[in-house]
Amino acid sequence: MITHLLSMEDLDAEQIGHILDTAEGFRDIALRPVKKVPTLRGRTVCNLFYEDSTRTRTSFELAAKRLSADTLNFSAKGSSVSKGESLKDTAQTLEAMGVDAIVIRHEQSGAAQTLTRFVQARVLNAGDGWHQHPTQALLDLFTVREHVGRLAGLNVAVVGDVLHSRVARSVVQGFATMGANVTVCGPPTLVPASAPSWGCEVTYDLDGLLARTDVLYLLRVQRERMTEQFFPSSREYARIWGVGRDRLARLPDEAVVLHPGPMNRGVEVTAEVADAPNALITAQVTNGIAVRMSCLYLMLGGEQAAPAEPVTQATTAEEVAAR
Amino acid sequence: MSAAEPTEVLGAEAISRSIRRIAHEISERNEGARDLVLAGIPTRGAPLADRLAQAIGDIEGQAPPAGSLDVTLYRDDYATAGPRPLGPTDLVDSVDGKVVVLVDDVLFTGRTVRAALDAVMDLGRPRAVQLAVIVDRGHRELPVRADYVGKNLPTSRDTAVQVELTEVDGVDRVVIAPDPADSASRDAGGTS
Repeated sequence: MITHLLSMEDLDAEQIGHILDTAEGFRDIALRPVKKVPTLRGRTVCNLFYEDSTRTRTSFELAAKRLSADTLNFSAKGSSVSKGESLKDTAQTLEAMGVDAIVIRHEQSGAAQTLTRFVQARVLNAGDGWHQHPTQALLDLFTVREHVGRLAGLNVAVVGDVLHSRVARSVVQGFATMGANVTVCGPPTLVPASAPSWGCEVTYDLDGLLARTDVLYLLRVQRERMTEQFFPSSREYARIWGVGRDRLARLPDEAVVLHPGPMNRGVEVTAEVADAPNALITAQVTNGIAVRMSCLYLMLGGEQAAPAEPVTQATTAEEVAAR
Repeated sequence: MSAAEPTEVLGAEAISRSIRRIAHEISERNEGARDLVLAGIPTRGAPLADRLAQAIGDIEGQAPPAGSLDVTLYRDDYATAGPRPLGPTDLVDSVDGKVVVLVDDVLFTGRTVRAALDAVMDLGRPRAVQLAVIVDRGHRELPVRADYVGKNLPTSRDTAVQVELTEVDGVDRVVIAPDPADSASRDAGGTS
């Protein structure tokens, strides 16, 4: 049982496998005439977004709605946050309205973890600063497992702006936990010194890496987070680190390409690669709903039998880890 | 562990005869196998639905489609019992206008069947829904009744009744175990 979903670091292989297996059961609901099940009737899920987001917020909203939960969308813009309300006050206000789960995106690393101290509701991290984006990693693992059939033993290359990427941290840890061999690659200015501690190799030789890559994971160049000059120009980045037709051809035939979106076409990925048959980018979006339904389903049940304990009184190692 | 050995109340032969008889009853009542869809409720309803479809095929010359229908997401105990593992749903594309026969191993409280009715309605609008079970053990908590019953087995509420099938358990038999501790774990496993 997962209490809060904060970081891929908290999940072991068995828990990840359980979330992915459960997500398989939710995938087919999208193909049915009634794309909805009554499981979370009466529950309320709040999307608390302090940062802009299209796919993550809509994906969580659809996931909650397809489980028949009520959803509440709260974005910092146009709310009392712009009047200076703190995260704590906002969270406690939401909880006073009877919210059962809070999906939070915040520009500060650790915001989701902090939120668990203020509320009894289940907390799902939808991206905190440069730190973690666990549901993104889970949907990527699901997508690769669906198309390749396994995760253990795969050679995974995570390429691009690793430094600013919460997706990179979650994805590297997720694949490593599931037994894949992960290599991180990017401009030295955009690969943090701490990267080897996530359980991966580091290389700066992209072309040497491609021939032995089963899963090529391209990261978005996060211009909005760059406060200084990390590379001379987008054109130079595209030439040295971007993946186009030529580099795509160097991958093994069965290799797949992923990107968390939104893409900078012409920078880290060309249009040809983004629309290539072995690019799983739209499958990632589709699977995101099933994976988030799985997380909500596994986190919100059974509370009438065992009411959530005060978060300061962790009873099992798993609960401690999940915080 | 139970001190008393579980008692076998139906053997492989008896289960097989029950399935053949129910197949006859289904084809008689529906005047053939046309428009029939058999929906087995996992875990043990699914292989039972396959067997029933084959038995109807032996009678009518053509077996009706059979599939599994998972009801986990429609159960009424999510808030108390917590999330259960999901089973597969692989029914035919549409149940519109069809006669859906729900198939399960044990009919008990009727709550599983209530969930199954909701699950079927989300797949379309069947012309009729019927219910076939191997064992009806009574103790209904909802106004539900089976159209086809292999064996009525009056039991006390605490008795564990288990239908075992070759496809799942490696053997065909129905056993009852009077040990209340066993019954608690069996109920948690989702007797219907």
